[in-house]
Amino acid sequence: MSSRLGSTLIVMPAFNEEASVGDVIREVFAKMPGVGVLVVDDGSSDDTTRVARAAGARVATLPFNLGVGGAMRTGFRYAIENGYDNVVQIDSDGQHDPSSVPALLAELDSADLVLGARFAGEGGYVVRGPRWWAMKSLAVILSRTSRATLTDATSGYRASGPRAVALFAEHYPAEYLGDTIEALVIASRSGLRIKQVAVSMRPRAGGIPSHNPFRSAAYLGRAAMALVFAFTRPPSTYRVGGSA
Amino acid sequence: MTVGSYILGIVSAGLILVVVVELLRRRHLRERHAIWWFIAGLLALVAGVFPATLEWAADLVGIEVPINLVFFVSIAILFLVCLQHSSELTQLEAKTRTLAERSAILEIRVLELEKRSAVRGNDD
Repeated sequence: MSSRLGSTLIVMPAFNEEASVGDVIREVFAKMPGVGVLVVDDGSSDDTTRVARAAGARVATLPFNLGVGGAMRTGFRYAIENGYDNVVQIDSDGQHDPSSVPALLAELDSADLVLGARFAGEGGYVVRGPRWWAMKSLAVILSRTSRATLTDATSGYRASGPRAVALFAEHYPAEYLGDTIEALVIASRSGLRIKQVAVSMRPRAGGIPSHNPFRSAAYLGRAAMALVFAFTRPPSTYRVGGSA
Repeated sequence: MTVGSYILGIVSAGLILVVVVELLRRRHLRERHAIWWFIAGLLALVAGVFPATLEWAADLVGIEVPINLVFFVSIAILFLVCLQHSSELTQLEAKTRTLAERSAILEIRVLELEKRSAVRGNDD
């Protein structure tokens, strides 16, 4: 277990998170001493990079905002180039509790991609209305594709094993919702084994989740579109290594 | 058709061709982008010099008013060029994204190398 922690890189995409990123990094180091931490500053206009460096993390500063997908692909590429086998994505706003990382990593024995799910019993995270229906139907469709029970497919708390890291370093989607939905679809279409583990979520440090019906409808539409394109994409667009 | 409108048609078509060729010559336009404008200019020139070809072509595809064929072809070419641009824009964005990721990763290496060489410099 501890050996796996040594070859694991924690990647934290951060966009204007100077208020919370420092505490999250310190918490990660306190709970998992010696683990690699890479913060990807996604074109922040605030002091995210400086705060994260001061907290002891390595920081990749993107020159402009690429979205979570672009930030994560930077993390996967960095992991490959620096000899890390596994990547765990953690939000830099403090929503994900780093104590669940060992539980995610333990599942990598029998899976290539492990999702930390919010609705699987632990924690007090509640979503209602159309957004909940969207998440629910996504979960059903994606569960069928990945032959795993997924209740929270859009969770950003996930661990990737070596095969997933190799796939995502080349093809992590940058499109809106691509980083969650499409990444899952190309992972299962590439034959990766996907699993889900219950994790507890904490309330967000800043910002409030949207309950505007128009926004929710737009979310539903874009999620559906992301799903359709993910399924109809030719396999050549997410092949690893050009030949295989 | 008056002599004036006949000349106007030829002159505008010629102007399109001159501009496209000049931009190509100065490397302000790459061939694959120029090709559609070049085709459009040529078609306009042919239709301008020999209006009969336009009537013949319109008759061939069953369009009663020849000018509608001009509109149809013009819109089709503009549409395709727009589509080509959107697609190339997407490819450019993907390349920019890759470059941004590379530069961020390289920056980490530069910082680490600088730190290491600074330590070595203090040892001397």
